[in-house]
Amino acid sequence: MSSLLKVSSLTKKYGNVTALNNLNFELESGHITGLLGPNGSGKTTLIKIICGLLQPTLGSVTVKDHPIGEESKKVISYLPDTTYLGRSASVRETINFFCDFYKDFDADRAYDMLSSLGINPNSRLRTLSKGNREKVQLILVMSRRADLYVLDEPIAGVDPAARDYILNTIITNYDENASILISTHLISDIENILDEVIFLKQGDIVRFCGVDEIRSNEGKSVDSLFREVFKC
Amino acid sequence: MSWNLDSDRPIFMQIIEHMEYDIVSGVLPPGSKVPSVRELASEASVNPNTMQKALSEMERRGLMHTERTSGRYVTDDEKIIASLKTNIASVGVEGFIQQMKRLGLDRDEVLKLVEDNY
Repeated sequence: MSSLLKVSSLTKKYGNVTALNNLNFELESGHITGLLGPNGSGKTTLIKIICGLLQPTLGSVTVKDHPIGEESKKVISYLPDTTYLGRSASVRETINFFCDFYKDFDADRAYDMLSSLGINPNSRLRTLSKGNREKVQLILVMSRRADLYVLDEPIAGVDPAARDYILNTIITNYDENASILISTHLISDIENILDEVIFLKQGDIVRFCGVDEIRSNEGKSVDSLFREVFKC
Repeated sequence: MSWNLDSDRPIFMQIIEHMEYDIVSGVLPPGSKVPSVRELASEASVNPNTMQKALSEMERRGLMHTERTSGRYVTDDEKIIASLKTNIASVGVEGFIQQMKRLGLDRDEVLKLVEDNY
């Protein structure tokens, strides 16, 4: 097992507010990691730094030993928490756009998933429901053959049946050596597919451990541990 | 979620229990080929790494073995399977007896109930 993502002494401040406080951790290849924490704990800030959208105040992040930049973006497939696709384009046009943009994009895989979820490639994104737009976005992200998938709240807006399909797609389609970092509040829906979890609390990592460890050492699910650690 | 796994017990242990049941009950007959890690992971809706861990543990216990090129197979050693069956049954019976004791039934009453209902 080799280290895919390395975060060293990472700190991010917004003015006087410390969003991330001296984080250190590594993710290995082939793991699915849950990034869990209450609202405002720094999940999206961390993800945006990994994806090169924010600059850290201190510390560094490397992906496959590359600093964040052109090389890291080639191997990271990122699902942001907001939509960024042109609303007047059709799904097919968007897929073509992704094909041009990313060498590792697999269009057949995208069309397969679209048809399983009953989305017509000729629809314009503007005409799709919010949930279906989210599905399209996730399909685009999962259709790349990336080394690291970074998913920020991927299943929040989709119905439970599609959620099952999407989780199944994640399990069956990702490469054995690829890793997934997934942030979500819907812990009970995804905890069975996770290898390990990171609990983030006000910019600090309060837990970083395997999920079966939590179950055997504490006799409870990740969901109940979360409720305990972050009790309001 | 066709495997009905609980979130508060280690998943790989529950996978092992589930597959032991399949072996004992003949869903996975002796000497038969075990589906791939990915297929099983998808069927159970679990992480492939977790499925891999469970299958390795079953190999360690002698319930399965890997042929170098053709995949993973259920053991064809009937003795191992028979003793596994006894183990699983004993655990079930033990739990049942505890429950009957809590209800205040003695041995003869329990045996009679079993006779009547079996």
